[in-house]
Amino acid sequence: MKGAHQMEEPIKVENLKKYFPVKRGHYTRKQLWLKAVDGVNIEIKRREIFGLAGESGCGKSTVGRLLVRLEDPTEGHIYFNGEDIANVKGKTLKKFRKSVQMIFQDPYESLNPRFTTLATIEEPLKLQHIGTDSERMEKVISTLKNVGLSERFLHRYPNELSGGQRQRVAIGRVLVLDPEFIVADEPCSMLDVSIRAEILKIILRLKDELNSELLYITHDLAEARYVADRLGIMYLGNIVEMGETAKTIDEPLHPYTKALVAATPVANPDIKRERIRLKGEVPKPVSPPSGCKFHPRCPLATKRCEEEEPQLRRVEGRWVACHLV
Amino acid sequence: MKSLEVNDLQMHYKLASGKMVRAIDGVNFWVDEKKTTALIGESGCGKSSIGKTLLRILPENGEIIGGSVLFNQDNKKPIDLLTLPEKEMVRIRGRKITMVFQGAMSSFNPVYRVGDQITEGIIFHEQTSKAEAMEKARKMFELVGIDPGRMRDYPHQYSGGMRQRAVIAMALITNPKLIIADEPTTALDLIVQDQILQQIKRIQGELGMSMIFISHDISVAFEVSDRVVIMYAGKIVEDSSKHTIFKHPLHPYTQGLLRSHFDIKGGKKKLSGIPGEAPNLIEPVSGCRFADRCPIAKERCRKSEPELVEKKRDHWVACHFAEEVDLGEHK
Repeated sequence: MKGAHQMEEPIKVENLKKYFPVKRGHYTRKQLWLKAVDGVNIEIKRREIFGLAGESGCGKSTVGRLLVRLEDPTEGHIYFNGEDIANVKGKTLKKFRKSVQMIFQDPYESLNPRFTTLATIEEPLKLQHIGTDSERMEKVISTLKNVGLSERFLHRYPNELSGGQRQRVAIGRVLVLDPEFIVADEPCSMLDVSIRAEILKIILRLKDELNSELLYITHDLAEARYVADRLGIMYLGNIVEMGETAKTIDEPLHPYTKALVAATPVANPDIKRERIRLKGEVPKPVSPPSGCKFHPRCPLATKRCEEEEPQLRRVEGRWVACHLV
Repeated sequence: MKSLEVNDLQMHYKLASGKMVRAIDGVNFWVDEKKTTALIGESGCGKSSIGKTLLRILPENGEIIGGSVLFNQDNKKPIDLLTLPEKEMVRIRGRKITMVFQGAMSSFNPVYRVGDQITEGIIFHEQTSKAEAMEKARKMFELVGIDPGRMRDYPHQYSGGMRQRAVIAMALITNPKLIIADEPTTALDLIVQDQILQQIKRIQGELGMSMIFISHDISVAFEVSDRVVIMYAGKIVEDSSKHTIFKHPLHPYTQGLLRSHFDIKGGKKKLSGIPGEAPNLIEPVSGCRFADRCPIAKERCRKSEPELVEKKRDHWVACHFAEEVDLGEHK
């Protein structure tokens, strides 16, 4: 996968779709589809952290899983250094997997309880047939140091580690292959505040050292604002707004982004936040509303929003999918 | 006027091995009438155990070792909830003091209609008729923003947000003096969380209740509270008004916590966490429990345990060197 290294956008996603089959209706033979991801376009620039945010069920995690090919896309293209890997199989897929890695949310579930730290971090090297025993050992130890753990953790099992230490091991497993692209799916949401900051620092530092790109999935806009260079906001399978993170959060354009920003609590007692009242809750993705999927909850919705689905357009250096902006 | 005053509360969990976990180890705080005190701390600090201890709904291995919990029921003499006979405690628990738990799904019995479960409390406590209770429940549903027509539904027919609203309706229906809300919105999405928090605040104002708000989420806790109590490893390390704690934290742990936190608004600050992990509460600890992670710990911190004292007016801190870490205004 190396070689095409100088591409402007090492990761380019075009019209990505993932539909999951759900049960048929009781009286019909009609197959229903849950459109988890419904036509997503993302470009991740060199050495960039791209944040993907939204509420649960918006499809942000599915996008992450598609990009590392844990799921097969229903439609669309995923260009990795110029090569479309959306449908590759066999050896090409394995080669691709060496260059991409994923950090999962729950370090209590993502680690094998029967694997010591050493076995956990060494396994990817073994699977990719890299190095001799002693070379691998050396690599494991240096990786461990990189995530802030000393050698005395080598022979410990996950149940002997705290949540923060587990997540460090999970990150170590990801880094040991020197990935070119990392997907981090809410890596800090299960961690305590004081631990979260340390893990975030590791992720930021390693991104620079590895010279790689990162897709950072989170539901927390404050976290996204801290971590991501650019940010995409998802609602029911689509990106509704995308742009430079600070700008997107400080001056949101899409009514949904505005509502999300307004609903984020703020500790500082001096900051009063604006209130936006949204109607109802996120509809089921099996039967999304017509037109703009956000229109039933949107305070500004017009007739056109009910009928015509807005496409992402460039507005003020950003991408927004709304008729009214 | 204080609605609740907790003095030197101690509660230990007994392990199968016979060892004791000192989950709450000498805790003092209070809740002002019609105000909210937030208990903030990280996992395992004992904040949820406090809620359960106050209502005496601990698991079997939880043992209250000492202290007092003075509850001002009717502006006469406060009663101590810890020494109250169980027969009288029943008249308070779920009636004068109610609790909202974090997992709304497990707060309901899946095989009974939501309306029946909401009214169970008042029918039991106030011997009202079923019809009267249902009428009251309907009003509560309107108050928390659910269509009263959905009272005949079963819990699984509700969305997560509606279930949490229903749990709040259940906690309010007896018109309590004090509500203990233990991470009431933690499992919810941002927008629903915000709606529910606003509703809780509004109803609290309308009905004039006091509240203990237990949370690990700094932004949420600061927003809903008047007073903030910071817990660490079974102890309170700092207690003051939320403005004072946010602007002028004196305990190194509080400072570390606020440095680890970032708001969605405001400048990009340099983030720093707190190195290390919270101590094990089984092994007897000498000295300050934060000493191992504290940037300014000295010999004295490892030997003697700092008491929670009033360092400045209405600003309580448990640190030997709080004066030295006074960094001025936090930004």
